[in-house]
Amino acid sequence: MTEIPALAAGVDTGDTAWMLVATALVLMMTPALGLFYAGLVRGKNTLNTFMMCIAALAVATVMWALVGYSFAFDEGNGIIGGFDHVFLKGVTFAPREESTIPHLLFMAFQATFCIVTVALVSGAVVERMRFGPFMIFAALWSVLVYAVLAHWSFGGGWLQEKGTLDFAGGIPVEMGSGFSALAAALVVGARKDYGRQALLPHNAVYVLLGAGLLWFGWFGFNGGSGFSTGNPSVLAFTNTLLTPACTLVVWFALDLLRGRRVTAVGAATAIIVGCVGITPAGGFISPGWAMVLGAVAAVPSYAIIVLRPRTRVDETLDVLAAHGVAGLTGILFIGFFAQMKWNDVSDGLFYGDAGQLGLQALAALATPVYAFVVTFVLLKVIGLLTPLRADEHDEAVGMDVTQHGEEAYATGEGAILITPESGAEAEPPVADPV
Amino acid sequence: MKLVIAIVRPEKANDVLEALYRAEVRGVSMSRVQGHGGELERVETYRGTTVKMGLSEKVRLEIAVSEPFVEPTIEALCESARTGEVGDGKIFVVALERAIRIRTGETDHGAVTPVGK
Repeated sequence: MTEIPALAAGVDTGDTAWMLVATALVLMMTPALGLFYAGLVRGKNTLNTFMMCIAALAVATVMWALVGYSFAFDEGNGIIGGFDHVFLKGVTFAPREESTIPHLLFMAFQATFCIVTVALVSGAVVERMRFGPFMIFAALWSVLVYAVLAHWSFGGGWLQEKGTLDFAGGIPVEMGSGFSALAAALVVGARKDYGRQALLPHNAVYVLLGAGLLWFGWFGFNGGSGFSTGNPSVLAFTNTLLTPACTLVVWFALDLLRGRRVTAVGAATAIIVGCVGITPAGGFISPGWAMVLGAVAAVPSYAIIVLRPRTRVDETLDVLAAHGVAGLTGILFIGFFAQMKWNDVSDGLFYGDAGQLGLQALAALATPVYAFVVTFVLLKVIGLLTPLRADEHDEAVGMDVTQHGEEAYATGEGAILITPESGAEAEPPVADPV
Repeated sequence: MKLVIAIVRPEKANDVLEALYRAEVRGVSMSRVQGHGGELERVETYRGTTVKMGLSEKVRLEIAVSEPFVEPTIEALCESARTGEVGDGKIFVVALERAIRIRTGETDHGAVTPVGK
């Protein structure tokens, strides 16, 4: 009887230990995003908003294991991967080429990226999209949009082949979710009270806590994207500290200029924008330029967050501004300030290689177009089969009660317990409010 | 002088406030209440526990108005709060003995008429 070796050939223990932790950190970002989003909506939609992120944990993981991983990381062609890893076939303890961690762990790490990206898109359609159609959308989007874009940038697809740099997912995660969110908001349509009534965040503490947990998880997201404990990971990890801090400072300044007060929801948004900005650039630019990126990334995202609510586009939680645009800023920033001295891969325009900027610009054009068009068509098709949104009455009463039969802030006062013996008709006891 | 008390759906509260504003009725107190008026119960489930929510969330508006404003107030409330389903709420109109504006000491008609009228 042959024994399975304790460690497959080529596996590094230190790298594997870090990647196990990093995977768990990124997984936590999805419920953290749920908390962030739940705080931004009205109280009657708290659970439904959170549940959209939980739905991503469910359906995106299953789809990833079935086909998504294969489409993203199997060789295939320049546009999409092949079928060799369908049902996780051939994904075992032995590392992939040029990798020092088990293939299985690589797959799990990449799965957590797919999950959080699907959850991100929900921010565009909260407070009115029905839960069932959202799950269908999430399942198909994770394969048709996320897996394809991941193949382009990480899985040996055409952008990676050309030499476009994306350290931790500026292309599939940030631009992919942001521009899909815009399409989703256009297809699903605005909330019925949008533009008529003030639709305010119901709990800014959730928003701040969610943003804090996202930042914490992002150290695994960016720090793990070097797939080792080597220099690129350490650089990306440290930049994940520096960039959002600079974004916060500039955001505070912009808030002060505009409204004379520094806002809490603004601060939470700034943390996200900074983390997104450094995502593609983390392992490619020096800490100094990472700080500049943080400051620069604040401006376009802030502008869109101020201007977007003046339009009829109810892209409810500003996924486009916080993710799409900040990701695009980061992708382009690499083209200017990437530095061979720090990344050992390529120089940007500022250090003598103008070609890199062209490659980055190519990604900044192709990704938004693909994400927008495919999401738009996908939702239109689902909308032909089943209504995407709740009717006006259900939307008014709130999605928690109408979609899930639960409330986030149930008091239990006046609630009547239904027991199997008594049935609904018999004299039932009144539930204890405590 | 009458005190108009209206119990309406919370999701209609904004429409009601808008309608009252358009009817030039100023001076409203609003509170969240729970109650039961014959509407169908809602069933909710928390893990193994299934409950009938016997009480529904409602919004209670209290509006003190002088005589000429009583009918416009009632009209505005009825039009803005109605959905046609059971559970739209009720309006109660009760006689008001006295009203005093604390800031100025104005009483009765003067007290319930908005400033600047």
